[in-house]
Amino acid sequence: MTCLHLLLTLVFAVSLGTPVEIQRPRGVPLTKKQFYEEGKPFTCLDGSRTIPFDRVNDDYCDCKDGSDEPGTAACPNGSFHCTNAGYRPMFIPSSRINDGICDCCDTTDEYNSGAKCENTCKELGRKEREVLQKMAEITKEGFLLKQQLIEEAKKGREEKQGKVTDMQENKKQLEEKVEALRTVKEAAEQPEKEAKERHLKAWEEQKAAIRLEKDKAKMAEAFLELDDNSDGFVSVSELQSHAELDPDADGTLTETEVQGLMGGAAQVDTSTFESVWTNIKDKYHSEVSRKEPEEPAPVETPPDEVKEPAVDNDSEPYPEDDISEEDDEDEDDKDDYHEDDDKVRVNIEKELSFDFGPDAEFTYMYSQCYELSTSEYIYRLCPFNRALWGREKNRPENNKYLVMKYEHGTGCWQGPNRSTTVKLTCGKETVVTSTSEPSRCEYLMEFTTPAVCQEPANTEPSPHGHEEL
Amino acid sequence: MAVISIERMGLLSVVCVSLFFSSTFAVDRGNFKTCDQSAFCKRQRALKPGQSPYRALLETLELSDSRLTLQLINDNNKVHLLLELYRLQGNMTRVKINELKPLKPRFEVPDVLIAEPPTEPLSVLSKDDNGVVLSLGAENQRLIVSARPFRLDIMEGPEVLLSLNSRGLLAFEHLRLHKDTQAQADGAEVKESVDGDQQQDEGKKDEDGESEKEEDGLWEETFKSHTDTKPNGPTSISLDFSLPGVEHVYGIPEHADDLKLKTTDGGDPYRLYNLDVFQYELYNPMALYGSIPVMLAHNTQRTMGIFWLNAAETWVDISSNTAGKTVFGKMLDFVQGSSEKPQTDVRWISESGIIDVFIMLGPKPSKVFSQYASLTGTQSFPPLASLGYHQCRWNYNDQEDVKSVDQGFDQHDIPYDFIWLDIEHADGKRYFTWDPHKFPQPKEMLQGLMDKRRKMVSIVDPHIRVDSGYKIHNEITSKDFYVKNKDGKNYEGWCWPGNSGYPDFTKPEMRAWWASMFAYDQYEGSMENLFTWNDMNEPSVFNGPEVTMHKDALHGKWEHRDIHNIYGLYVQMATAEGQIQRSGGVERPFVLTRAFFAGSQRYGAVWTGDNAAEWDHLKISIPMCLSLGLVGVSFCGADVGGFFKNPSTELLVRWYQTGAYQPFFRAHAHLDTTRREPWLFGPENTALIREVIRQRYALLPYWYQLFYQAHKTGMPVMRPLWVDYPKDTATFTIDDEFLIGSDLLVHPVTEEGSRGVTAYLPGAEEVWYDVHTFQKHNGAQNLYIPVTLSSIPVFQRGGSIIPRKDRVRRSSTCMENDPYTLYVALSPKKFAEGELYIDDGHSFNYDTKKEFIHRSLTFANNALTSSNLCPDCNFLTSSWIEKVLILGASKPSKVLLKMDGKETPVDFEFDTSMSVLTLRKPGMNAGADWTLLLQ
Repeated sequence: MTCLHLLLTLVFAVSLGTPVEIQRPRGVPLTKKQFYEEGKPFTCLDGSRTIPFDRVNDDYCDCKDGSDEPGTAACPNGSFHCTNAGYRPMFIPSSRINDGICDCCDTTDEYNSGAKCENTCKELGRKEREVLQKMAEITKEGFLLKQQLIEEAKKGREEKQGKVTDMQENKKQLEEKVEALRTVKEAAEQPEKEAKERHLKAWEEQKAAIRLEKDKAKMAEAFLELDDNSDGFVSVSELQSHAELDPDADGTLTETEVQGLMGGAAQVDTSTFESVWTNIKDKYHSEVSRKEPEEPAPVETPPDEVKEPAVDNDSEPYPEDDISEEDDEDEDDKDDYHEDDDKVRVNIEKELSFDFGPDAEFTYMYSQCYELSTSEYIYRLCPFNRALWGREKNRPENNKYLVMKYEHGTGCWQGPNRSTTVKLTCGKETVVTSTSEPSRCEYLMEFTTPAVCQEPANTEPSPHGHEEL
Repeated sequence: MAVISIERMGLLSVVCVSLFFSSTFAVDRGNFKTCDQSAFCKRQRALKPGQSPYRALLETLELSDSRLTLQLINDNNKVHLLLELYRLQGNMTRVKINELKPLKPRFEVPDVLIAEPPTEPLSVLSKDDNGVVLSLGAENQRLIVSARPFRLDIMEGPEVLLSLNSRGLLAFEHLRLHKDTQAQADGAEVKESVDGDQQQDEGKKDEDGESEKEEDGLWEETFKSHTDTKPNGPTSISLDFSLPGVEHVYGIPEHADDLKLKTTDGGDPYRLYNLDVFQYELYNPMALYGSIPVMLAHNTQRTMGIFWLNAAETWVDISSNTAGKTVFGKMLDFVQGSSEKPQTDVRWISESGIIDVFIMLGPKPSKVFSQYASLTGTQSFPPLASLGYHQCRWNYNDQEDVKSVDQGFDQHDIPYDFIWLDIEHADGKRYFTWDPHKFPQPKEMLQGLMDKRRKMVSIVDPHIRVDSGYKIHNEITSKDFYVKNKDGKNYEGWCWPGNSGYPDFTKPEMRAWWASMFAYDQYEGSMENLFTWNDMNEPSVFNGPEVTMHKDALHGKWEHRDIHNIYGLYVQMATAEGQIQRSGGVERPFVLTRAFFAGSQRYGAVWTGDNAAEWDHLKISIPMCLSLGLVGVSFCGADVGGFFKNPSTELLVRWYQTGAYQPFFRAHAHLDTTRREPWLFGPENTALIREVIRQRYALLPYWYQLFYQAHKTGMPVMRPLWVDYPKDTATFTIDDEFLIGSDLLVHPVTEEGSRGVTAYLPGAEEVWYDVHTFQKHNGAQNLYIPVTLSSIPVFQRGGSIIPRKDRVRRSSTCMENDPYTLYVALSPKKFAEGELYIDDGHSFNYDTKKEFIHRSLTFANNALTSSNLCPDCNFLTSSWIEKVLILGASKPSKVLLKMDGKETPVDFEFDTSMSVLTLRKPGMNAGADWTLLLQ
C-alpha cells in the first residue's frame, strides 16, 4: 500500500572521494538532522505538538508547519531536501514528491511514483560549472572594461566640469572687464581720443581671445561627439554620419566629400582635428542639441496598423523606416547654436546632471543608441534619452541600476502608451540581446553592458562550495 | 474576440471603422436586428391573440399504434397542414406540424436527436364532432384535440398542464410561388399575407395597399447594406403555448440576462440567433453566440419543458397575467380568493423549417432533465484534467512565453492543467499550422508541458484563409466542401485571416474530412496533450449581415437561413470526432466552443464569450451558466477576469473565487489588456488566488463524480436552488448563488468592496456547514455572512459525503494516486451519504471496458460504510483514504475499521467547539469494501 513506505532512507553523498553514510529521515537536510532523533518523540519544528517518532514521514500530516512529513507529499506546506550530489542541494515543495515529475537531479523525489528518472546531477554540475566559469570570465573582463569606463567618465566629467567652470569664469571676467571699462570711461571726465582708442583695441583683443577659447571648447566637444567609438580618432565614417556637413548640399555626404573635409586623412586625432574643424564648424550640428527638445519615442516600433496586417505579409520583415526621423526637425536649432554661448554650457550641464551610476560608469551610453533587429521590427534603445532608473516590483532595495524604465511613449492603437522596461546584465559588449512584448505595447528589453559588472568575488567559483556530506 | 478584428479590418475598410468605433463600452445595437427589423418577426408579432383560422379536420384522423395524424386547414387560405402527434417514452409528447403538400420539402433539423425517440401507444378515449380525447398513458393524462378552432390541451386529472394554440397564434407561412411566377403559372388568387391572419375582412378591404407593403419583407429584405434575397419567399412559423399555474420560466439560452425569464411585453422577444456580438450588453434579450431552444416551466407542483426543434432564427415572446401585478395585488388575490390563476403564455416564432415540439411533462425537475437527455443526449464526460484550471490569453506570444508562464505556476506553487494559444499562434491565421518564428518547435513545447503532466489547447476556427498556398484551403476547394453563395460560387467573407471560406459542416463527408485533419500526421506539431478550441463558429463573418453569414448562402440544397443555429454545433462535433479518431477511439476529447445548439452538450465545453472586466459581468456569469445547465450544457464557464478591459485586483480575485466554483474554469484576456497571470498582483493577491485554485483542485473528485452523473442522467452539475428545492418558492428567482450537485451551496462575492453577503440556505429540514470553518447553520434562512477578500461563502449540506483530494499538486494528473479525505456532513438525524467515482481520468475505458470504481458511501447508525455500486466493474486504484472528517459528530470512545473480516482501531481527534471528529489515517484502499464503526 502506498502509505506504507520506507520511513528512513540511506543517503549517500560523495566527498573527497570517500563515501559517507548518514542516516536521517527522507527529505531532511543535514542542518536539521538533530531535530529528528530516531525513536524519540518528534516535536513539530513550530513547537505546536509532539508526536511519536513513527509518525514522522508516515504519509499523514500531523504538524501544521509540515515538518513531520519532509519526505512525503502529505503536508501542503512541507519542503523536501534533495542532496543532489555532484550538483547543488535544494529544497522543493513536498507536494512535488512522487508526483511523477523528476525534480531532483538525484531522483530522490520520485521514490514511489513509477516515474523513470535519471540521475542528472553530474551532468548538471558540469554544465553549471561551465556556465559559471563563462560568467566569471565575462564578469572579470566586463569588470575591467567597467574600470576603463569609470576612468574615461571621470576624465570626461572633469573636462566638462572644467569647461563649464572656465566658461563661467570667462564670462565673469568679461563682465568684470566691461564693468571696469565702463568705470574708466565714466571716470574720465574729458575723453581723450587716444586713450579711448587704446582701450577699444584692448577690448577687441580681449574679445577675440575669448571667441577663440570658445571655439576650441566647441571643437573639443565636437570631437568627443564625433568619436563614436571613443578610440581617440575621428574617422571618415564617424564624420559621415553628420549629413549637415555636406559641402555641395546635395543631400548626401559621400565618402569623398568627407575625405575632402578631413584634408585627405582617413582619421584625425585631437591635434589634427583643428584643421578639420575649420572646415566644418559653420555647419556642424552638435548631437547634444540635436536631441533637444522634442524627440520621438525612444523605443521605436512601427505603428500598429503595420504591425497587425489583416491580410497578408505577416511574416515579412518591415522596412527600417523610422530610424532617423529627427533629421529634419532641428532647423530652429541651427541658427542659435553658434550664436548662443550659453547653449553649449547648458547642454554640458544637462549631461552632467544625469545619474550615470555610482561611478558614472554609464556615462558612455549618453547620446548613444543601440539597435536590435528581429524578423519583424527594429528596436532601438537610447539610454538617458527618456530612461529613468527603475526598480523591479516587489524588490524595493534591488540595485536600482539594473533596470531602466521608459514610460509615456506614444499611444498605442486602442491601447496604453508605449512603455519599456530594460533589464541590464553584465556583458563585455553593450548590446540589446532580446526584446519582447509581454503585454500589448509594454516592451521588455534585455541589455548587456560592462557597466553593471560586479567585481568578481572569488576568482575560483566553486559550485561544490555548499555541497553536503 | 471580436474587437480588434474590426479595427484591424478598418485598415481595409473605412466604413467598418466608423461603424465599430464607439467611445462608450457597449454593444453597437445598430449592428443587430430588432424584431421590427426582422421582417418575419415583425409580421408574426403583428398578429394578436384571437380566434385561430385553423381548424382540425377530424375525418382525416389516422391512428397507428403510436402515431396520430390529422389534417388542419387554414380557413383563410385553405392551405392544409399535417399534424403529427406522438406519445414518447418517458412522459413526453411530440407535436409536429408541416404543410400537407409543400411546394418543396421544408427543412427538418437532423443530428440533434440522438435517435428517433421511442414511442408508446396512444389510444382514443372519445371522439365527437368537436374533438378527440386521447389517453397519454397511466398517469391520468389526456390530450384533447379541439377541432374548431384547432387547439391542443394536455390535462392531468382536471388540471390543464399546457395548451397549444390556445391564443390562436399558430401561423404557418406556406411555400408559394413568387407573384410574378405564379401569375404566369396559374393565375390563381392567393392572399399574400400571414396565413394566420384573422382579420380577413380588413385584409380584403385594402388588399392592394397591404400586399404592396408586405411584398418588401416577403421576397427580399435589406438590413443595413446587406440584401437577403428570399427565393422561397415567406416561410415563417409560429405557435403559442399557455402554461396555467406557471409564473416562472427559465432556459432558452444564450442571453446575458437573469435566470428567471422576463415577460417581453413592450420590448423585443428573446432572440435565438447565433451571433458574434462585440462587447455585449447585459440584461436584455438580444441574441448571443449560442442558441438552445428549450424552455423550462416550474411551479411548486410540477416542472415541464418545451423543446422547439428549429435551427432558424427564432424569437420567443413571454407574457404573464401576473407580471403587471404588484406584490400587494397578488396578496389581495390570495386573500380574496381570486379565481384568476397565474398563467404564463409563450410564443415561439421561427423564420423557416417546420413546427417540431417536444413537450416534456416532468413532473420533477430531475425527470425533465432525463427527458431532455433522452432526446438530445447528455453532457460528454470530460477528461478529468479539463476540470482543472485553464490559463489562457490572447496571446501567449511564443514558445518562450509559454515556458515562462508554465514556470511561473511552479514558482508560485499554483496548480494548472491547460495553457491555451489563441489565433496568433498559427501561421497567418491558417489554423492547423504554427507561426514559424514564434512557435518553431511545437512538439518540443508540448513535450515540455507533457513532462510537467500538463496540456495545451490551440484554437482552430472554422473560417479558412483563402490562400492557394494553404493545404486546408486547397483540399476543401478540391473536395468542394465550402459553403456556397446564392449564385453557387464559394461563399467568402472576412474574418481574422482576411478573405476566408467557410467549410460546409452540415455535410457529413466534410465533417469526416475535418476530423481526419486532427490526425497526428495531418496536424503537424500536434501531440496527444494538444486539444482544441473552436471560436467564431456562429459563424462570424466580419463583413456579413449582423456579423454572420448571409441567409441566402447555400448548404447543399438548404439555405443558411434554415441551418444557421446548428452550424456551430457541427463544427464542435467534427472537431471532437477528430480528437477521438486520432487516438484510435481510446481517448476522450476536449473541445471548447463558443456557438452551440441543442445537443452541443455531447461534444464538450462552452463559455460565455467575450465578456468584460466589470463587476456586472462577473455577476451575470452565474445566471448565464445556470440557464445553460438547465438545458443540458453543464460544462460552462465565463472568462475569469473578464475578456475586455483590465480588471481591478479586487475584481480579479473575486472572479477567481467565483470561477473556481463554476464548471469550466478558465482565465482569459484580450490582446490589449495588461498581463494578469495570477502572480502579478503582489504576494497577498497571489496567495488569495493560489488558495482558491487549490480549493478547486481539492474538490476535483466531487466535480468529476458530478460530471459522471451528468453524463449518465442529464442532471446539471451547476444548478439553481429550485432544482433541489422545487417546492420552496423563495428559491425560484435566486441567481446570485447556486448549487454544485446537491451538496455544495456557493454564494460568490460579486460586489465591489463587499463586507458581507446574505445567502439563502434552503431546506427547512436541512443544516449547512461552512466548508472553511465547519460552523453549522440551519436551513430555510437568510444568513448574513461577513466577508473579507479571502472569503468564499461555500456550504456543505448536512446529510452529504464529499470526497476530496486535499494534497496540493502541480496538476490534476499529478494527483492521480493521491489519497482521499472524506468530508462527512451529518444531517440532524445523524445521517449522510455520498458517492465516489474513480477511473483513469482520460479514456473511454470506463465505458467500453467498465474500468471504473463507483462506490456508495453511507453514514448511518454511527457507522460509515463504503459499498460497491458497480460490482461487475473492474478498476484498480492506488488511492486510499487518508482521513475522514465527520462534521456534526459527537465524541466516540473508540473507532474501529472493519475490513476483510478484521477489526483494527483507528486514531481520532475530536474538536468539541465545532463538533468535528477527525479519523486519522484509516488507510483503506479507495476501491475496497469497509466500515468504520464509531463506538
